[in-house]
Amino acid sequence: MSKLYHFHGGVHPPANKTQSTQTPIAQAAMPPRLVIPLHQHAGGTATRPAVKVGDRVLKGQVIGLPEGRISSAVHASTSGTVTAIDLQPVAHPSGLPALCVTLIPDGKDEWIEHHGTDYRELPHADLRHLLRMAGIVGLGGAVFPSDLKLHSGQQRIKTLVLNGAECEPYITCDDMLMRERAAEIVRGAEIMCALLQAEVVLVGIEDNKPQAIATMQQAVATGQHENIRVVAVPTIYPGGGAKQLIRVLTGIEVPYGVRASEMGVQCFNVGTAYSVCRAIAHGEPLLSRIVTITGNVQRPQNFEVLLGTPIAELAAQAGTKPDTTGYIMGGPMMGVPVPSAQAGVIKATNCLIASSPALFPPAPPALPCIRCTRCAEVCPADLQPQELYWFAKARELGKAQEYHLFDCIECGACSYVCPSHIPLVQYYRFAKSEIWAHEQEKNAADLARERHEFRQERLERDKRERAEKLAQKERAAAAAKAAAAAAPPAPAGDSAPPAAPAQPAADPAQALIQAAIERAKAQAALSKPKNTENLTPQQRAEIAEIEARRAKIREIARPDNGQNEGP
Amino acid sequence: MMTALFVMAGIAIVLGAALGFSAIRFRVEGNPLVSKIDAVLPQTQCGQCGYPGCKPYATAIASGEADINKCPPGGEEGIHKLAELLGVEFKPFGEGTQPKAKAVAFIDENVCIGCTLCLQACPVDAIVGAAKQMHTIIAPECTGCELCIAPCPVDCIDMIPLEENIDNWKWRYPVYALTPAQ
Repeated sequence: MSKLYHFHGGVHPPANKTQSTQTPIAQAAMPPRLVIPLHQHAGGTATRPAVKVGDRVLKGQVIGLPEGRISSAVHASTSGTVTAIDLQPVAHPSGLPALCVTLIPDGKDEWIEHHGTDYRELPHADLRHLLRMAGIVGLGGAVFPSDLKLHSGQQRIKTLVLNGAECEPYITCDDMLMRERAAEIVRGAEIMCALLQAEVVLVGIEDNKPQAIATMQQAVATGQHENIRVVAVPTIYPGGGAKQLIRVLTGIEVPYGVRASEMGVQCFNVGTAYSVCRAIAHGEPLLSRIVTITGNVQRPQNFEVLLGTPIAELAAQAGTKPDTTGYIMGGPMMGVPVPSAQAGVIKATNCLIASSPALFPPAPPALPCIRCTRCAEVCPADLQPQELYWFAKARELGKAQEYHLFDCIECGACSYVCPSHIPLVQYYRFAKSEIWAHEQEKNAADLARERHEFRQERLERDKRERAEKLAQKERAAAAAKAAAAAAPPAPAGDSAPPAAPAQPAADPAQALIQAAIERAKAQAALSKPKNTENLTPQQRAEIAEIEARRAKIREIARPDNGQNEGP
Repeated sequence: MMTALFVMAGIAIVLGAALGFSAIRFRVEGNPLVSKIDAVLPQTQCGQCGYPGCKPYATAIASGEADINKCPPGGEEGIHKLAELLGVEFKPFGEGTQPKAKAVAFIDENVCIGCTLCLQACPVDAIVGAAKQMHTIIAPECTGCELCIAPCPVDCIDMIPLEENIDNWKWRYPVYALTPAQ
């Protein structure tokens, strides 16, 4: 038994887990309609629809293609027909709709062609691409694309931590998964370990799940994995936070603003390990997950649920009690109310708690902070929640950031102990999203500045280039003129250019004037009759005769002769 | 007596040389205040302040020519930031100047005749197009300055306000009702 460490703070809320662990994982019934959101991973943007309305899709077919670095594919959970790709209510605290694919199952559950591979035979880059295209994301609730985390960067990952702590009350989906499918979790861990080239895998399970610990230990022993250790950790909330579990298992304290991977540790949920195994060894993308349905229902239990199953329909299978007022996605500490029961189950849905006023009475009105610092005593991230609260309340966002607001994991331990019932986490969420929005605005402004400055520069450059071109043209013209002036007058009809370039004129202005004079002279020369030379004596005589006649006519036409005056 | 004079004169020469050297060596190009003010401005380049862009307005503020309340896209928050940066009092917007909701331009492509006048007006090159070809706005790069609307001869450009969606949604400031004591 290795030495275990402690993290700062923590609370002991009532666990309420036994209600939903009495029966094994049940297969949820196929709903008449699946609503699958196209954005089911953390960060980045929505995936690009890969199907059209009216298409028939097979189970496991990609319906959303990953776009950008932080992205993960979305698949059809069963075979059927796509009837709509539009904005639908989704399980998101905003209550705003998002782009979803509506799929009407045909009941055949017909798989697309798929096959597993041996992870030892494929290069790591290909394995990561497989995971990206299989839509594997962190199933602990953060839904960050796993392929990006399964990468030893500059800092080598020595320890892979598998998170089976499941510290939050009511949630039992990881517990049941470990009890029933331990062998596949261990195989997934083996693949992850190979991808990370980690030396040791530590599976942390809270000691309130003795059955899960036993089956996991059994699976490790059967597989003869010497580098995988299953460790029972003390039950304390939030012992399942990544940084907290890493601290307990390895003693490594991850500093403020630093990722665990920079300290040589990477942490994954056990559910993620299971889906990695299904994706690599069986070629099955992430189409379903284990969801705990508990709270105000008649038969609290875990279901294996196809992604996209409407929440209300799933809850009905557990027997929703009539006084149910809504659903909470996640646990009672960190969960968020689902705005619409018609929204589909997503990759982040680990638990759905049917709530009723009796089960979760409305919080009493918040009273002023009395600076008791009980929140600071229980904060697992070792922050100063009361200070953060003041800064968030006063919208002093810079100060809040200085006090490491972004190290807050929103576990809700502070709100849980607050004697004034202040909704502290809501303040932190508000402050965080304000800061993100500001950052985005700042990035947009920086981009606009850069583009504007580039445009100014381009306009300047165009102007300069045009002026230069003009000057160059003028210089060339002047040079040509000067050359023409310097060369002896060419015989008529000879259009050969001057052989040698003429000397450039000293003064361009003077040269311009000179050129204009030359041009005028040439024009004048052109207008002179040129056929009066080399004439025969006969022609000369004719010309003389005509001239004489003209002179005579002019003489007659002269007004003082008076002969030709009009009436 | 003379020694003291020499010593003092020596020190003066040395310090003078050091100051002179650093004045040349560590010379700051441009006015750092201008770039600090420019960093606070929203970079819409809309000219609503009466200057031909954010940088000229920043220069005008730095030189004391312009007031800090001339930038509607920056909103009141922008004025607060400028006031804090410059150590002056907050000054509300004047009569008739009100910040609008953020919007991006949209070209009705059925009406566009491809005259390129809007391309020339756009301060951030956010419009793609060529002569006698349809033009279109690159929405993520549009600052919503509205400078393209006036030159359009066929009035095919509209400003579409940015609506809240699931990607730009923000958690609200917690508000809870106070109930009077029974």
